[in-house]
Amino acid sequence: MAEFKRPDGRKIDEIRPMKAKVGIVPNADGSAMFQFGDTIAIAAVYGPKELHPRNQRNMEKGTLRCTYNMISFSVDDRIRPGPSRRSMEISKISEWALEPAVMIKGYAGQVVDVHIQIIQANASTRCAGINAASMALAHAGIPMKDMVSSISIGKLDKQLVVDVNKKEEDWEEGEGATDIAMSFTNRNSKLTHIQLDGHITSKQLKEAVELGKEAIKKVYELQKKALKNVGQEVSA
Amino acid sequence: MTEEIQIQTEEKAERKIVIPGEVIVSGDEYLPGEGTEKQGKEIVAMRYGLAEEQNKLVRIIPLSGTYIPRRGNAVIGRVEEITFNGWVIDIGTPERSFLSLMEVPRFVNKDALEEVMEVGDIVVAKIWSINKRGIDLSIKMRGFGKIEEGLILNVNPNKVPRIIGKEGSMINLIKDNTGCDITVGQNGVVWIQGDKIEDELLAKKAIAFIEEKSFISGLTEEVTKWFAEGKK
Repeated sequence: MAEFKRPDGRKIDEIRPMKAKVGIVPNADGSAMFQFGDTIAIAAVYGPKELHPRNQRNMEKGTLRCTYNMISFSVDDRIRPGPSRRSMEISKISEWALEPAVMIKGYAGQVVDVHIQIIQANASTRCAGINAASMALAHAGIPMKDMVSSISIGKLDKQLVVDVNKKEEDWEEGEGATDIAMSFTNRNSKLTHIQLDGHITSKQLKEAVELGKEAIKKVYELQKKALKNVGQEVSA
Repeated sequence: MTEEIQIQTEEKAERKIVIPGEVIVSGDEYLPGEGTEKQGKEIVAMRYGLAEEQNKLVRIIPLSGTYIPRRGNAVIGRVEEITFNGWVIDIGTPERSFLSLMEVPRFVNKDALEEVMEVGDIVVAKIWSINKRGIDLSIKMRGFGKIEEGLILNVNPNKVPRIIGKEGSMINLIKDNTGCDITVGQNGVVWIQGDKIEDELLAKKAIAFIEEKSFISGLTEEVTKWFAEGKK
């Protein structure tokens, strides 16, 4: 199946052109932008700071709080601004994807706030958001075990592909489209988050995870490059 | 002696930016310092910053992030609240910092704490202790206390060491060139006090210049040049 044709002519393991930049929000303690093709995510980190309201404070360890938001002009049909069921879910998912990497045990009663804004969307927004958030957390000087990198693996009909775009997400031929978003730590390639939307056999899911593990290396290299060149836009 | 100097310069060149999870060095002889962890043979970075190796001890100098309070730090903060036995002062940390009236070197009428310091006043204080409840401040030593006049500006707390320079070389350079008295709080608040507002503004510009160029080596010479150019 080497001759599988993707709508935009990419190879099956080819990621869209990526861009990253660290330090784009001057008032934040740490910030970063990450881009997969037309999908642009901006993450800003504030804190550690006092957690308000008081009743949400955890006196045993620090809290990580993510807020994912899609800006109304980010998609073709204007979406209603403000929190929605979808954005609240992705906020929580991003939090869980990043939590295994951050070490905020010592910040009892405090919070690290991560704000993820999607300013342009073309599928894989949560992956771009998690990548940006991971860079922003590092930039903010939060103690971390590892960087988290995220990628989406798709199954179009029977073929696995890396980094799905909107057109592929809406694939209707054959078995249709399956979208698997996953995040890894980099040093030991441990999964921190996986989400599946569609149908897939367990055998193929394992293949998809392996494919993700390979693809994540390119994402990590870019994150690394961006963090070492603060204020410069790097691409891959 | 010359050998020692050589080693030092060599080690300086070894400074590099590391990201969390990155292996800094590998080998049994290395020891993990601040911001690092030993995993097997490897020393792994646990935060973002500049990795520095000295006498086999590897540590990370933070480049960004919020101010981490340490005991003995001189800080500048704003009075936020008056309680029955002291003042709550905002020094830009998530922990609550408190200045007890016992730590004020003068008589304080317990019924009129606002006579000494009111909400909104700026104060130079020293971190006396850090405990679970928060930070305790003191102004008992000379040079500490309420600020009456001058200019306050905020800088990135991670750049404070560059503004002060080695043994105060940089700050003395600015003081000499502007004739201002400058106090730098470790939390990134700078207090400039001069005779003329022009002098204060020049000092402010100089600090902004240092903050911008903080990554350059030989910054003191660069700033000397900057002052010479400005005088023309």
